[in-house]
Amino acid sequence: MNEISPDLSRLERLEGIGCARKRREDPRFIQGRGTYVDDIHLPGMLFGVMVRSPYAHARIKSIDTSRAKAMPGVQAVLTAEDLKPLKLHWMPTLAGDVQAVLADGKVVFQNQEVAFVVADDRYVAADAAELVEVEYEELPAVVDPFKAMQPGAPVIREDLAGKDVGAHGARRHHNHIFNWQIGDRDRTDRAFDAAPVTVKQEMLYPRVHPCPLETCGCVASYDAVRGDLTVWITSQAPHVVRTVVGLLSSIPESKIRIVSPDIGGGFGNKVGVYPGYVTAIVASIVLGRPVKWIESRNENLTTTAFARDYWMTGELAADTDGRIKALRVNVIADHGAFDACADPTKWPAGMFHVCTGSYDIPNAHVSVDGVYTNKFPGGVSYRCSFRVTEAVYLIERMIDVLAQKLGIDKAEIRLRNFIPEEKFPYHSALGLDYDSGNYAPALRKVLKAVDYDGLRAEQAAKRADPNCPTLMGIGITTFTEIVGAGPSKSCDILGIGMFDSCEIRVHPDGSAIARMGTISQGQGHQTTYAQIIATEAGIPASLINVEEGDTSTAPYGLGTYGSRSTPVAGAAVARASHKIREKARKIAAHLLEVSPDDMEFDLDQFRVKGDPSRAKSMKEIAWAAYNNVPEGMEMGLEAVDYYDPPNFTFPFGSYLAVVDIQKDTGEIKVRRFYALDDCGTRINPMIIEGQIHGGLTEGFAVAFGQELPYDEQGNVLGGTLMDYFLPTSMETPHWETDFTVTPSPHHPIGAKGVAESPHVGSIPCFSNAVVDAFAHLGVTHTGMPHNAYRTWQQLRDLNIAG
Amino acid sequence: MAKKTAVSFRLNQTPVDVLVEPRELLIHTLREKLATTGPHIGCETSHCGACTVDLDGISVKACTVLTVQCEDLDVLTIEGFAKGGQLHALQEGFMQEHGLQCGFCTPGMITRAYRLLQEIPDPTEEDIRYWMSGNLCRCTGYQNIVKAIQYAAAKLRGEAVATSHPLMEEVTV
Amino acid sequence: MIPRPFAYHAPETIPAAIALLSDYGDLAKILAGGHSLLPMMKLRFAAPEHLIDLGRIKELRGIDMAGDEIRIGAMTTERDIVASSLLAEHLPLLVETARQIADPQVRSKGTIGGDVAHGDPGNDHPAVMLALGAHLVLVGPGGERIVPASEFFLGTYATAIEPDEVMTQIRIMRPPAGSGSCYAKLKRKTGDYATAAAAVVLRMENGRCAAVSIGLTNVAPTAIRAEAAEAALLGRALDDAAIAEAGRLASEGCEPAADLRGDEEYKRAMAGQMVQRALRTALSRCTG
Repeated sequence: MNEISPDLSRLERLEGIGCARKRREDPRFIQGRGTYVDDIHLPGMLFGVMVRSPYAHARIKSIDTSRAKAMPGVQAVLTAEDLKPLKLHWMPTLAGDVQAVLADGKVVFQNQEVAFVVADDRYVAADAAELVEVEYEELPAVVDPFKAMQPGAPVIREDLAGKDVGAHGARRHHNHIFNWQIGDRDRTDRAFDAAPVTVKQEMLYPRVHPCPLETCGCVASYDAVRGDLTVWITSQAPHVVRTVVGLLSSIPESKIRIVSPDIGGGFGNKVGVYPGYVTAIVASIVLGRPVKWIESRNENLTTTAFARDYWMTGELAADTDGRIKALRVNVIADHGAFDACADPTKWPAGMFHVCTGSYDIPNAHVSVDGVYTNKFPGGVSYRCSFRVTEAVYLIERMIDVLAQKLGIDKAEIRLRNFIPEEKFPYHSALGLDYDSGNYAPALRKVLKAVDYDGLRAEQAAKRADPNCPTLMGIGITTFTEIVGAGPSKSCDILGIGMFDSCEIRVHPDGSAIARMGTISQGQGHQTTYAQIIATEAGIPASLINVEEGDTSTAPYGLGTYGSRSTPVAGAAVARASHKIREKARKIAAHLLEVSPDDMEFDLDQFRVKGDPSRAKSMKEIAWAAYNNVPEGMEMGLEAVDYYDPPNFTFPFGSYLAVVDIQKDTGEIKVRRFYALDDCGTRINPMIIEGQIHGGLTEGFAVAFGQELPYDEQGNVLGGTLMDYFLPTSMETPHWETDFTVTPSPHHPIGAKGVAESPHVGSIPCFSNAVVDAFAHLGVTHTGMPHNAYRTWQQLRDLNIAG
Repeated sequence: MAKKTAVSFRLNQTPVDVLVEPRELLIHTLREKLATTGPHIGCETSHCGACTVDLDGISVKACTVLTVQCEDLDVLTIEGFAKGGQLHALQEGFMQEHGLQCGFCTPGMITRAYRLLQEIPDPTEEDIRYWMSGNLCRCTGYQNIVKAIQYAAAKLRGEAVATSHPLMEEVTV
Repeated sequence: MIPRPFAYHAPETIPAAIALLSDYGDLAKILAGGHSLLPMMKLRFAAPEHLIDLGRIKELRGIDMAGDEIRIGAMTTERDIVASSLLAEHLPLLVETARQIADPQVRSKGTIGGDVAHGDPGNDHPAVMLALGAHLVLVGPGGERIVPASEFFLGTYATAIEPDEVMTQIRIMRPPAGSGSCYAKLKRKTGDYATAAAAVVLRMENGRCAAVSIGLTNVAPTAIRAEAAEAALLGRALDDAAIAEAGRLASEGCEPAADLRGDEEYKRAMAGQMVQRALRTALSRCTG
């Protein structure tokens, strides 16, 4: 090991793609020097809190703010009446609906925003909020989307009276939002009619919340003299926020600066624009002082953007060997009281149509109905691409249901149905073009690693032993994701194509600054983007400063969610790097007085082909870029790239879980979890592993504990961390990780994105393991979350509890 | 507004005086009056541990301590760890073992781990998982946090340490 | 999540604390570790005008032994209990219980007195106090009185403490040599209250149950004793059938309230399961 090749030491100095580079972000975080939004203190800053509705559905008879306003230290109390002259009492949602900023005459979900109190500090604001007197007349609430669609159901959205057509077509009921269909219904129905085997399963993906450790918040600061508005905001999409704020306020975007500072986790919670942001901005404009609004944990869990709440019915048609002939899916999607889903404009169910999964299914049809209920709005992608978790859950559960019906092993049925490697790029029955995949070797690698046959033998022995205190379950998922939204021909947000961007400037000393339209919330962009530039442009990563999140300096981009940073912005980074490299080639050729075509790129330099002793380092080239460029060339060394991807990327994985269920209490222990991920080219294996650990842990939380149930009156239950399950180090299982590499053919460096795969792939894996534990007793499905209580009820129903 | 009280304590070994309402929570005093924004607010119900500080040699959640209770006590926060530009072994361990992602839980996590290592210098994984269970992390899944604390423990015991993520492991020439 | 304003008092002696209680009556609340009271105040479910912090009264904190009696100051923290070698030797049940309460930081502040005096059926120490036959020392303007745990818990958040009294100490007779004990707690996650939990103190003689006491957490308006189960076990060998019957009898005596942890049926069943678990473990710990 003493003989290190010169190339390896130069590679080591570059810290490029493939290196387990330590994170550039860490020094500030480990020393308490991060700047999260609540860390921002501006001179004269005020603090705002929301007054919220205790009722899920009620008419507001009156609001009396006089006592609150009279309290010393209170600067303003805003209600819908105050926002009306500005036309800001309602705001558009990303899904083509509108949402009340402050309740306008009636409230439609518990904890809805009713008034905004602004005071000198958070203590006074909290006291004053108690003094706002609101008189309500309670109305019947409906929290069940099926009941909401019945003829006599309460009218939730009176503001939509007479609107028979919404943003996504016809509405057939006053609580109906849209019906969206994809696939060939007739062909699919015919395939079902002809198939010797069909299975059908209903499943609810319950309402959950991304619950990042930092709640949402902002500091709005309007400078009345300059006419400039600056908003620090916990946003995963600061540029889109700027456009939205511009549309709402009529302030030109050039006068608006949105800054996403350090973000304490997003997971989809921080994509949208929430009423608190609007009221803080209005209050700052009205008062001429900075206004901070930070939600409490309870507000976070019960008002800003749930995920899932999908009532899905899946059907598979197959031959007797288990080869799938058709998939049919019907979904009732509970969107809450306002349709504030964060999806590309044309896709009201997001990318749900990836629900054919990793399988070669010739016929498929999907129908999704969006429904209003008296619940808080959202429908965000909780650590996944748009509705992909729901889609993967559906197909990975359905294939297990089919396997059980036919008595085929759950690994074997997957191997029989995989899209074969030679069929890529693969056009799915629901219209998606899978870029690359190689599924069977991945699954076989996992089965071997865990000794699958041994596990099945152990399970059989335990099933045969009536005194065994536990039930053993083995869960498998072989999922395909769709990430990296997306091609502007099919994906836009508010009309803006879902490209992303990178701008690189190389300084005279050879160091560089790079800015992107994305924003890290823990993914380590400052580290990994620099690694891409290092490899693609030959500049050591340690000399590259990556900046994101400030709309006044960064190029426009659509932000970080749906695993789009690497597939989209990462591609822009690579392409901007290539532009730098190509200019550098010409400068190097000029310096060495040869033709650019005679130069070849070599890690961190250009050298003359056939004469490697003649070379110019990127450092030398950078210096020359500012004093000695070829005639006719502009000085400087910088590049910008706006990348509109030609397609999505399709990461995949094979996961296997082993669970043991206590028969006496229903407690479940995850004994083993083996996760193999294929995210294409691996930029930083350390960060990939960390992302996978985190995604698996969030998947574990969803599968085994997270839910936000409602009672019949529309009260949201479990909105604190006492009830809402965030696993601690004690509950969290040990994770084993593995990988294969199948690069994306259309991405400049072959990378696909990884952070969401473990969430998307693990949840059905856990459910499959739990169901598998009961499979020999005829159980085909049990609902999430698989907490001890629910699992014990299953045991009781089977007469095997305790 | 209620009458305010003068409270004096030592913050990271420096004497400080603050004037607070009796109801003021220590986390707010630290963050808003003393520019000590390392400890964070994640839940306000003493579940998440992001606000963890060391109070007279014990780990506490500063969202559930009144500032008036801190008279004459020693408060240690993440800001007190690095000395003379030198990172504490725990800070180094979290970086080397990738024990953080968004960083929001990290100050509380490190401050709690510091007290743990004072009490158990050579903890097993099981020890760490048990004694760190008052600190939530949404990003890492804890596995690398366990490694980070073990890295720091070894370093503090004077043993040789190395990252379990070698820089060039997956790089081929 | 901000408490309403209040005046803060930090007396340094017990008489001073009692004098403050006498002065302010219903307007005052006692602050022990604060991990039950402060969250309630932040939610504005509680809004005392005067908060009397017992944290500065040194004599309220500490663990020692007088003969066979273990005396624990009411302001002794859960952390102190977990770390106590005296308790580990003579009263391991208390250590095992405290280890399952909340999390390390909360145990740094939370006190045994606060846990007992709050009268919350979800707290863990009350059932243990019942199982151990503890006595609680209450001091008021008229002096000291000693109340057995069996007479202390009157209802949810209601105890035998008078408004002008302070709990100063908990006294527990060391279980006889050879006894085994266990606290078995089912919870959803770290930091949660028990779905159901059982405290068992057991002594065997010649293979038969010579003495047993069972306390149950969070399955009734207060912590309760499982008296029918205890009676059924006395004099019997603790075979599977006896343990199962004890679990069933304990279940029947519960009056749990449904919440997100489970419905009444589940909690009742889990009370029985925890009794069974605790009995088996306690039995394995009995010597002689």
